[in-house]
Amino acid sequence: MSQIHITTTINGDETEYLCEADETLLDVLRDHLDMTGSKEGCGTGDCGACSVVVDGRLVCSCLMLAAEAEGRAIETIEGMGQGDQLHPLQQKFLEHAALQCGICTPGILVAAKNLLERNPNPSEEEVRYWLAGNLCRCTGYDKIIRAVMDTAADMRGAA
Amino acid sequence: MSIKGATHQDLAHDSAAKHVTGRAEYTDDIPEPGGTLHAYLGLSEVAHGRIVEMDLSEVLAAPGVVGVLTADDIPGANDISPTGLGDDPVFPEDSVEFHGQPLFAVVAESREAARRAATLAQVEIAPLAHVLDPVGAIEAGYPDVTAPLKLERGDVAGGLADSAHRIKGRMAIGGQDHMYLEGHIAFAMPGEDDDVVVYSSTQHPSEAQHMVAHVLGVPSHSVVVNVRRMGGGFGGKETQMNLFAAVAALAAKKWNRPVKIRPDRDQDMIATGKRHDFVADYEVGFDGEGRIEAVEGFFAARCGFSADLSGPVTDRALFHADNAYFYPHVRLRSRPMKTNTVSNTAFRGFGGPQGVIVAERMIEEIAYALGRDPLEIRKANFYRPGGDVTPYHQQVEDNILERIVGELEESSQYQARRQAIRDDNVRNGIIRRGIALTPVKFGISFTATWYNQAGALVHVYSDGSIMLNHGGTEMGQGLNIKVAQVVAEAFQVDIERVKITRTTTEKVPNTSATAASSGSDLNGMAALDACEQIKARLVDFACENRGIAADEVAFLPGRVKLGADEIGFDDFIRQAYMARVQLSAAGFYKTPKIHWDRAKGQGRPFYYFAYGAACSEVSVDTLTGEYRVDRVEILHDVGRSLNPAVDRGQVEGGFIQGMGWLTSEELWWDDDGRLRTHAPSTYKIPLASDRPRIFNVALAEWSQNAERTIKRSKAVGEPPFMLGISVFEAISMAVASVAGYRECPRLDAPATPERVLMAIERLKRER
Repeated sequence: MSQIHITTTINGDETEYLCEADETLLDVLRDHLDMTGSKEGCGTGDCGACSVVVDGRLVCSCLMLAAEAEGRAIETIEGMGQGDQLHPLQQKFLEHAALQCGICTPGILVAAKNLLERNPNPSEEEVRYWLAGNLCRCTGYDKIIRAVMDTAADMRGAA
Repeated sequence: MSIKGATHQDLAHDSAAKHVTGRAEYTDDIPEPGGTLHAYLGLSEVAHGRIVEMDLSEVLAAPGVVGVLTADDIPGANDISPTGLGDDPVFPEDSVEFHGQPLFAVVAESREAARRAATLAQVEIAPLAHVLDPVGAIEAGYPDVTAPLKLERGDVAGGLADSAHRIKGRMAIGGQDHMYLEGHIAFAMPGEDDDVVVYSSTQHPSEAQHMVAHVLGVPSHSVVVNVRRMGGGFGGKETQMNLFAAVAALAAKKWNRPVKIRPDRDQDMIATGKRHDFVADYEVGFDGEGRIEAVEGFFAARCGFSADLSGPVTDRALFHADNAYFYPHVRLRSRPMKTNTVSNTAFRGFGGPQGVIVAERMIEEIAYALGRDPLEIRKANFYRPGGDVTPYHQQVEDNILERIVGELEESSQYQARRQAIRDDNVRNGIIRRGIALTPVKFGISFTATWYNQAGALVHVYSDGSIMLNHGGTEMGQGLNIKVAQVVAEAFQVDIERVKITRTTTEKVPNTSATAASSGSDLNGMAALDACEQIKARLVDFACENRGIAADEVAFLPGRVKLGADEIGFDDFIRQAYMARVQLSAAGFYKTPKIHWDRAKGQGRPFYYFAYGAACSEVSVDTLTGEYRVDRVEILHDVGRSLNPAVDRGQVEGGFIQGMGWLTSEELWWDDDGRLRTHAPSTYKIPLASDRPRIFNVALAEWSQNAERTIKRSKAVGEPPFMLGISVFEAISMAVASVAGYRECPRLDAPATPERVLMAIERLKRER
């Protein structure tokens, strides 16, 4: 089977890769591009551990074919901070101890960032339901929700 | 000036900065060397039968396939039974015993090629009759997978006969899938001679090492197992990883190439064990005040096709069938039943929750029978002076439940809220509410007494930096940071000076599973022992070198006091190195005081108990059975917490996981024995949207362990799981309201909306 040549933008950098027609974006990120921050929790779009943003839209990268990324702008956990500078959400997750095993954390951060870009002043209920697509088995979610609310308040204050 | 990162301080998880940036490396993130092969399992599609023929020719002919592994390819023992019963084959030889049993592995150039090829097998199995549930197994005369247990004290028949009231009932309690977000995975690298190194997401590296050696037929010294971190474990990676580690190692040695095996989520859920389902029969005798006189309990468990850890799991169910209550006369029996289902295994609480919920059911029965508040019945039956002996004849010496429950009752305004809810429910609305305050008492120690040992290895390098290794594994529970805090405090250095490394069988041998909530109790003490050995040598050196007495040497923050002088820690270490002081030590710890005679059902299996209580309020829609958790207050005992931030996380997460077990998480097998809830699409763990609307969690800050545990802390992994029972009981109260609280709703677990609706309809009919 001939491979497909894709040119896309990942975290602001123009990126080219070759992929099989049946490879998912998650496969390519993890296996070809060594960007292992996105995780495979279920492979069926039910857990959110592989969350990335494509042209501003939150998607499960396990449900998107790598070939569909042509000409798109993709954001992953690897691009969330600026060099050593953490994104405010990342900083708040540290302060609130909003993680345990950490494997759902990248997906949750990507989803939360996308929420705050759409809605800088979400209610707690909006946060809870926005993150309902991201499973966490360790924390019980409380600290995650508090960290997101706290970040939103801070970012509004700074803006 | 004190050091940064001492014990009893809030400290972030040691990997937190890597977690939030996606840089924390899990086993599947390890870069694959060129030539890495991928294995995938082929599973049985029959629940019970004789293997007539297994034709793998199409599998072998599939693109990218390098070969297959079956029972015939095992050079050593075809057994990975963790208790040595020989009932747990890697691959079966003659017969299959559950739908989803691994029959063979395909090894291919890519994971996708292996996965596709695995579906091409032509397996002919002559079906035999199968049994899926424990009651059916008893009726069909199926055997126990391991020896049952009986706990007995007093005269049960006499106690029941003399009781003013007696109630008999049955409760079905569902199992639970671990749903760790990182599934099973093992990655094996072949070495010279018989050597193999396995990277694996296992809670029990030593057992994985021993099992791999056993299956390969080589000494344990040929096998190294490494684990840096897991993406969740919860007991699911205590024994269940052995098969994957063995298959990866077998393939790596056979083809002399690195081999990785990672099942997809569906295969992970279908082929690996879960929490045990139970059916419990109980009879309780009590007086007019609700004081329990006698209890008879019978616990039948769905163990699956092999024993795995079902012996100790069903034992622990009996150990916790008293929860917090004194039974003057008691007899408890278990039946660990063989069934044609996946072999059930460890899961947070390890049978304890299934025992505790039956105790709480009996309390409910008494309360509804007498028209009392269940909390009143709970308090009337707490262990107390003169009534402090458990069914296993251990005395409860450290009971603090009265204070915990009293404080929570006050802070949650339980009484006023309960009254308001009852008033509200009288108005016959569609939405009914319920509130419940339930306690937990949980025994800490492995009941397999020899498991209560741990080792650690501490190196102080000549620049004063410290390398810490211990036998515990990190699965998100914050064990590594807690143990590092112990080490930082022992040497009085900032925590950044202590490097926490991966768990490896090369550094600490013969470790126990990181399980039974024991991680920091055992490994913290072993690490402290290593530190104390090194410090003793350093003190001797200082005394000799300076001509001072031992009590003139003190480790102060970042420095060492030597008589009238003080020097920096790093300089002192440099001097000690130059004077040829050994700066490395292996520490060891074994839990004191514990003993257990299983044949007699007597002893002191637990070093101490951890306590807690939760008050939950729910709203139930009586037209649909749907419900939501409105408010939860928790007060939990972790002794003197080593790290309150980490411990609160364990309490919150444990509570939510317990709530999931009893509400939305339903395992469902069809009549053919196929697990139909085999992915998060069909198996529902709690979501962010399910978090209680109000959720207040506090640690009992006044508590300290009565025993000499590490810094007087208490274990925290499992006990809070059982606080989720308060949600179950609150739902029960809301359901009971439709019949004026005159009848115990006898909800089975999980109380899915469907079950809740059925209970409401039943009570309405009987009203």
